Amino acid sequence: MTAAHAAQLIVDRVSVRYPGTAHAALHDVSLTIQPESLVVALGPSGCGKTTLLNLVAGFIKPTSGHITLDGQPVDGPGAERGVVFQDDALLPWLNVLDNVAFGLQLRGLDRREREVRARQVLQQVDLQGYAGRRVWELSGGMRQRVGLARALAADPRVLLMDEPFGALDAFIREQMQELLLRIWRETGKRILLITHDIEEAVFLATDLVLMSPGPGRIVERLSLDFGQRYAAGESARSIKSDPQFIATREHVLARVFAHRQPHTSGA
Amino acid sequence: MSAELTLGEHDFAAPERVQDEAPQSRRPLPIGVLTILGVLALWWGITATGLIQPLFLPSPQAVLAKLWLVSTKGYMDATLWQHLGASGLRIVTALLAAVLLAVPVGVAIGLSRVARGVLDPLIELYRPIPPLAYLPLVVIWFGIGELSKVLLIYLAIFAPIAIATATGVRNVDQTRIRAALSFGATRWQLIRHVILPSALPDILTGIRIGLGTGWSTLVAAELVAATRGLGFMVQSAAQFLVTDVVVLGILVIALIAFALELGLRALQRRLIPWQGRA
Repeated sequence: MTAAHAAQLIVDRVSVRYPGTAHAALHDVSLTIQPESLVVALGPSGCGKTTLLNLVAGFIKPTSGHITLDGQPVDGPGAERGVVFQDDALLPWLNVLDNVAFGLQLRGLDRREREVRARQVLQQVDLQGYAGRRVWELSGGMRQRVGLARALAADPRVLLMDEPFGALDAFIREQMQELLLRIWRETGKRILLITHDIEEAVFLATDLVLMSPGPGRIVERLSLDFGQRYAAGESARSIKSDPQFIATREHVLARVFAHRQPHTSGA
Repeated sequence: MSAELTLGEHDFAAPERVQDEAPQSRRPLPIGVLTILGVLALWWGITATGLIQPLFLPSPQAVLAKLWLVSTKGYMDATLWQHLGASGLRIVTALLAAVLLAVPVGVAIGLSRVARGVLDPLIELYRPIPPLAYLPLVVIWFGIGELSKVLLIYLAIFAPIAIATATGVRNVDQTRIRAALSFGATRWQLIRHVILPSALPDILTGIRIGLGTGWSTLVAAELVAATRGLGFMVQSAAQFLVTDVVVLGILVIALIAFALELGLRALQRRLIPWQGRA
């Protein structure tokens, strides 16, 4: 859907410093999100990964540096960047269908048009039978799927996900990861996903960005293909029990701990 | 005592998101009915002994008979229904005007530092004053017509709704706002589609409280050259020591207030069924 190979989301030497804090929340962070890539930012709390997502979403402005999406500077929130929130942020007075169509309603589409689109997206996230349901009657996993559908309905150029599966139990979380990979393959959207779950990060990412606190910065970048293997048809179980997957996971784990406890010897 | 009463009438608890519809305390009705029956029995018992003259406390039967008389023949040139209609029209007019003005004012206070700085002290200053205290001023400024009566009730309803709306607006979930912003919502769309619906529980609580204070201001409002109205009926009956009409008027006022409260609670359950669940 995006035009040329020049279509990139670029975070260029961005720093963020909140007034009255010792360390910068983000220090000199650069990142490029290529078309059809799934970038996962992984790190412990305080590493600035949520700040990074809020910057790209346009909710906050950088102290220095620039962010551009397909050549246009990012200066504020916009519909071309869809956001999925940790606590779904759905509107309880709207039913599932109207929640999914919310972005289209704000854009001024008429009711018929936006409902057709919303039903289509609901099918994509396996919720076709739930259009008329009240969102507060749904389980956490379903609500998160509605949140994903709402972001997808507006057909954004990039999808930003802030620990979207963090509040779900392990079983549902795995289902959601597989659903996300399927949608990623089907739509070809660029995705920036924030998580603190190491296995999730290694499984999903085409580009894994490891972050560390004090000041928040990127300490390592890995190119992975486990998500692509799942998208190509391999089963999640076979990927996650692959020695290569386990080795990568252990490597990332070691790196996270090395940066998490820099002053503790033998940790 | 009277000071305490006045305070009580205008006491305005900060509108917390109402939790009083918790499932376990859903039906306190049977006990409540028993209480009322008990009071009625006591009333009947005391008056039946003849120890208290009807001038001080008429019997329930006498009040019931008066209800029939006042609703068919009338009291002070108007039937009970005409008195009721006059009072009802005043309170509905005042309520509509208060909602139309207080909700935008509350939204402004909740969203804008400037609006808050300007309007908040004004509301907080006039809110605790008992309506009877500023009634003379209202009469001097606006005369003895319908306007003064409605204005007095309106003032009593306005403050609770404005304050509750402002509270609701300030407590809107920030991620909902961000979600709407991420779809490119304009400021007006934010207010219309996110902020107002989010604040609706608080607005309804404000209306509940406001309607309570407004209804209790009714008698004061109808002190001013009224010829009809429940408050007027009670006062003129008191002047002629027609105690059964006084008691009847008080009971009707109480009953209507109770019905309004129940109606608004039902409306809350209907309009915001997700309360406490989302």
